[in-house]
Amino acid sequence: MLSRIKSGITGLKAKLTRTHNAIMGSVEAALTGSSREEILGALEEALITSDVGVKTASEIVDGLRAVMAGRDEEKLKGCLKSAIYNILKQVERPLEIGVNQKPFVLMALGVNGVGKTTTIGKLAARYSSSGKSVMLAAGDTFRSAAIEQLELWGGRVGCPVIKQAHGGDPGAVVFDAIRAARARGTDVLILDTAGRLHTKSNLMAELKKIKRVIDREMPGAPHENLLVLDASTGQNALNQARMFNEAIGVTGIALTKLDGTAKGGIIIAIANELKIPIRFIGVGETADDLKDFNAGEFVDALI
Amino acid sequence: MFESLTDKLRKVIKDIRGQGRLSESNVQDALKEVRLALLEADVNFKVVKGFIESVREKAVGRDVLESLTPGDQFIKVVHDELTAVLGGAGAGLELKGKPAVVMLVGLQGSGKTTTTAKLALKLKGQGRTPYIVPADLFRLAAVLQLKRLAAEIGVDCFDSDGYKNAADICSEAARYAGLKGYDTLLVDTAGRLHIDGELMNELKNLKRLLDPSEILFVADSMTGQDAVNTAKGFDDAIGITGVILTKFDGDARGGAALSMRQTTGKPIKFIGTGEKVDCLEVFHPSRMAGRILDMGDVLTLIEKAQAAVDVKQTKEIEKKIRKDTFTLDDFKDQLKSIKKLGTMDSILSMVPGFDAMKKSKDVQIDEKEIDRIEAIINSMTKKERQDPSCLNASRRQRIAKGSGTKVQEINKFMNQYDQMRKMMKKLRQAGPRGIKAMLQGMGR
Repeated sequence: MLSRIKSGITGLKAKLTRTHNAIMGSVEAALTGSSREEILGALEEALITSDVGVKTASEIVDGLRAVMAGRDEEKLKGCLKSAIYNILKQVERPLEIGVNQKPFVLMALGVNGVGKTTTIGKLAARYSSSGKSVMLAAGDTFRSAAIEQLELWGGRVGCPVIKQAHGGDPGAVVFDAIRAARARGTDVLILDTAGRLHTKSNLMAELKKIKRVIDREMPGAPHENLLVLDASTGQNALNQARMFNEAIGVTGIALTKLDGTAKGGIIIAIANELKIPIRFIGVGETADDLKDFNAGEFVDALI
Repeated sequence: MFESLTDKLRKVIKDIRGQGRLSESNVQDALKEVRLALLEADVNFKVVKGFIESVREKAVGRDVLESLTPGDQFIKVVHDELTAVLGGAGAGLELKGKPAVVMLVGLQGSGKTTTTAKLALKLKGQGRTPYIVPADLFRLAAVLQLKRLAAEIGVDCFDSDGYKNAADICSEAARYAGLKGYDTLLVDTAGRLHIDGELMNELKNLKRLLDPSEILFVADSMTGQDAVNTAKGFDDAIGITGVILTKFDGDARGGAALSMRQTTGKPIKFIGTGEKVDCLEVFHPSRMAGRILDMGDVLTLIEKAQAAVDVKQTKEIEKKIRKDTFTLDDFKDQLKSIKKLGTMDSILSMVPGFDAMKKSKDVQIDEKEIDRIEAIINSMTKKERQDPSCLNASRRQRIAKGSGTKVQEINKFMNQYDQMRKMMKKLRQAGPRGIKAMLQGMGR
């Protein structure tokens, strides 16, 4: 068990090497500063260049200023680590599939191109390999071939996909899907939705409508409104989270494409400013690369 | 677009405007604000540093300090510098060779596939015969997506099904395109990370094979600080010739545009401004800088209007106004031209000061209003359209039913129409000179 956790950590560390190197490189460079303020300034820069954002970065640095005495490297690392850990710990709440909710309805949301469909595919693989019956609903009726993309995932994982024609009403698709999932006694129903920019009021209204349809058919559902965010996004991710949250209420976040990019600091800004639970992080192409978010592991991999 | 950055800079500039003269210390404060605004707009830290330094050098000079309107001078310095960073004069596509080859590359989810179709449609509109080549075998259903889009816009598309690698697709497609006489090849490649050695080698291989005249890096305008690294990574590996920024219709501040331009030195050629296939616009650095400073983007608006409004039709309308024979049918035609410009929101956001007004007054644009008016006119008989004065209560009720609106809405619309007619009448009576005087009066 212990070794498994250990290998989990080193695995994550390997995936986040670039973020780690970017931050640690700057931390070490920062330590060469001649005065305390110079070091703190360089640290703030390191955080901002990791997309942590000006506000959160200066809050972290102000916190360090209060506790930091001297320029001991290990101590500084420790302080930075615990500062970030404290922020991330608040949003570490892995998604639990309630047994009383049958089907457990998860709706994936997000702007275009963040990886909604791929994340859904990975989630389907995860739940179905843990022995749950999974059904997918092709609610993205707008983008060309989005339905076929989901069907290919369904074929790969071996779970049914409920769909209608391209250009159809997504509300009707989810209506059908809930009925079908109930009839077949499915454990987890995952709904795909079309990517939409959070600023398009008509598309956000459509999302509200889909939610109403679900709620009418199954009061209390969807049980999870999962917002999918791209880790290479800058400060706009905050706007996305805020506006999707205002429109239909976001209950969890999945942060994709964390591997390879030197960044992903936006996760810290979101945790600090919005306090929405972070459920998953995507660190690679395979289904196993979608991991439960764990603040400790994440910070260990980072610093 | 750039909304928040605009807001910030306006605030800074307002602060300076309040002062009688510009001193070194308030340049300092203004620059601090500009720096913060740019960082929050996701402009890369190092790019911001350089930008602020050059603005400082130019701002703290004799010209500014001796100028009577220091605020305006400061705006100009920031504006010129922004334009310079964004790339000076606009750059078009360079299409050489027969067929000319354009490759689209970038990270996953940046919008390559949609952009390929948009570009094809644009080239088709310019009289070229593009040929789409789907070479993304990695993402599920990517080939199918592009085939569908190609069919939608009526552009021929290579059938990549059954192929095992991108190189085979490209060489076969190039051979076929040569035979059939297509003049432009548009190659959509798989999304990849710039650090993925294997996939980057595939791109290098495709480049050798195709000898493209354009390699366009497709990037999400919402990209954060890492934009510099990805753009540089692709540029170092395969040598990009330009950038296309996508998803520009959101509220991203778009700092990535500045960052990428500065680090690669490659021009930004197009911006994607919507989900539909015709939403691809030429990137204009100076206009974009103007937009950042909330000086509006009137040039783009005028260009759009010229493309959408038929000159002959406009002349006809003028004549009708002069002769007082402007009917509801003509009015409907006008609405159609307006709709061709895009959504009301996107049109108005190009008008100077509109973004700020929208924020402060929480203006909601009702995109359906034009549709409703169209429905009302469509539900009228020919006679009613020619002479709306015959609209009595029962006719109005029938129109309301037919158009799915309420009688009140019809009343409101008819009132507006009457007012418009009165206005036209006044204009007509005033003659050309009178119109000029009237417009000047409105400006005051």
